[in-house]
Amino acid sequence: MNIATTEDLYQSLIMDRARSPRHAGRLDEFDAEAEGDNPMCGDRVHVRLRREGGKIGILCHETRGCAICISAADLMGDAAIGKADTEIHDLADAFEAMIVTGVIPDRLDFLDLRALAGVHAYRSRHRCATLPWQALRAAIGKTMELRHG
Amino acid sequence: MSAAVHQVGFDIERIRADFPILTERVHGKKLVFLDSAASAQKPRSVIDTMVRTMETRYANVHRGLHWLSERCSDDYEAARDKVAAFLNAAREEIIFVRNTTEGINLVAQTYGRSALKPSDAVVVSEMEHHANLVPWQMLRDQHGIDLRIVKITDAGDVDFDDLERVFTDGRVRLLAITHMSNVLGTYTPVARLAAFAHERGAKILLDGAQAVVHRAVDVKAIDADFYVFSGHKLYGPSGIGVLFGKYALLEAMPPFMGGGEMIRSVSFATSTWADPPFRFEAGTPAIVEAIGLGAAIDYVDSIGFDAISAHERRLTDHALATLATIDGVTTLGRAQDRGGVVAFTLEGIHAHDVATLLDKQGIAVRAGHHCAEPLTRRLGVESTARASFGVYTTLDEIDALAVGLRRVQQVFGR
Repeated sequence: MNIATTEDLYQSLIMDRARSPRHAGRLDEFDAEAEGDNPMCGDRVHVRLRREGGKIGILCHETRGCAICISAADLMGDAAIGKADTEIHDLADAFEAMIVTGVIPDRLDFLDLRALAGVHAYRSRHRCATLPWQALRAAIGKTMELRHG
Repeated sequence: MSAAVHQVGFDIERIRADFPILTERVHGKKLVFLDSAASAQKPRSVIDTMVRTMETRYANVHRGLHWLSERCSDDYEAARDKVAAFLNAAREEIIFVRNTTEGINLVAQTYGRSALKPSDAVVVSEMEHHANLVPWQMLRDQHGIDLRIVKITDAGDVDFDDLERVFTDGRVRLLAITHMSNVLGTYTPVARLAAFAHERGAKILLDGAQAVVHRAVDVKAIDADFYVFSGHKLYGPSGIGVLFGKYALLEAMPPFMGGGEMIRSVSFATSTWADPPFRFEAGTPAIVEAIGLGAAIDYVDSIGFDAISAHERRLTDHALATLATIDGVTTLGRAQDRGGVVAFTLEGIHAHDVATLLDKQGIAVRAGHHCAEPLTRRLGVESTARASFGVYTTLDEIDALAVGLRRVQQVFGR
């Protein structure tokens, strides 16, 4: 029996990003950072980013958590790069709405984020998917001078 | 397989037939419920008793001068008698509370604030549920007591050398400790712990939330000062729990909450308190739930703890042996005396993913830190999955868990 069918939560894109995240790591030069944590399960996402020309140029995350949380953080990286702060809030709103409703928004920047729409069916896992976005919102809300460290 | 190896006198199929929920299907699959340590399922007799109470014998208790109230008060007090017999206590020593958590908070806020001085110390262990840690932290912050943590060994037993150490200065007045760990499954040697505490001038409170489900508890034989448990893990309803306290201790304790039922006389200036147990049961209690708990005790008694303990020992041994055959599975706890909970990790796979992928196969387990966050940190794990067993659990269900875990590993390419 294959329990990971395409309409299921643990589809190939999510598993691929959970195993080999593209944006995982620690950014040494950054102008915004924040951490999101879920005390209920111990999941933790640390986001650092650097802007280039008013838009997010690089985003790195250090995520300790489940496959959903890691892949959500990584796909968030794809979607956030190239966006201005105001667009991030709009994107985060749309993502969180997708998790709550299960309805995939009709927007081009959701091509890969739609892989997480299946989380909708698992209410206890919603927070796993939205935690990285909470960290990203917090990061852009307290932008600082360029830091090294 | 399972029915054949069970001892005569423990008819697992008949027991399973007592629990209506076990025929439910989850995600189109046969339900395999391995989360009884979080809350157990309810037998028909408990459900029927509660429904019959509400349909034919319900009114408020200890107030009405009418037939229904008298009948309902009789049933409610009969439940107290059943709990007293269950623990080998006197009925005046049985206080109905909402759950284990409320029972421990009651002791912390009444006994703790009246009998303990700020210079006194309370000891808890490293393997406590948050319910037996946070109330003492609150008492420390409010009242100034010293809160000490006794270590456990790597196997998951109480470290008696460390216990000696934390008691050395003679300031410890209360040892508050679990009777069975909800993560490691360890049974603590409660009679020995009670004797240890008493020899050093301390009282002992036992968190019996897990233990009371799996073996007979005799508070007199243990010489427990306080013993606390919840109804919902014992096949009874949620919203009802029990605090046992030795009468002399209860009699000296101030009330927990003020209101109706707990008073002797009230004027605008002042009030006087009723005797235990009513002093600690302010307001309308969980009437139907208490009566339901009485039915749950009748149910457990009808099977008998000798049979229940033997069944759960067999399940636990089978689970440990079976999980040991799966590469990448690590089980927690190696205590010699352990009950029907097995927490485990799967290498490279987060416990939440394990739980979700098992759920899709109809298998219910718990995942996370099991409300024992300091313990999981002490064990060096972030979160674990936990399979826990009840009277209705079968060996086949443990085999189904093993098959399910191998499927989880397939999804993760391990």
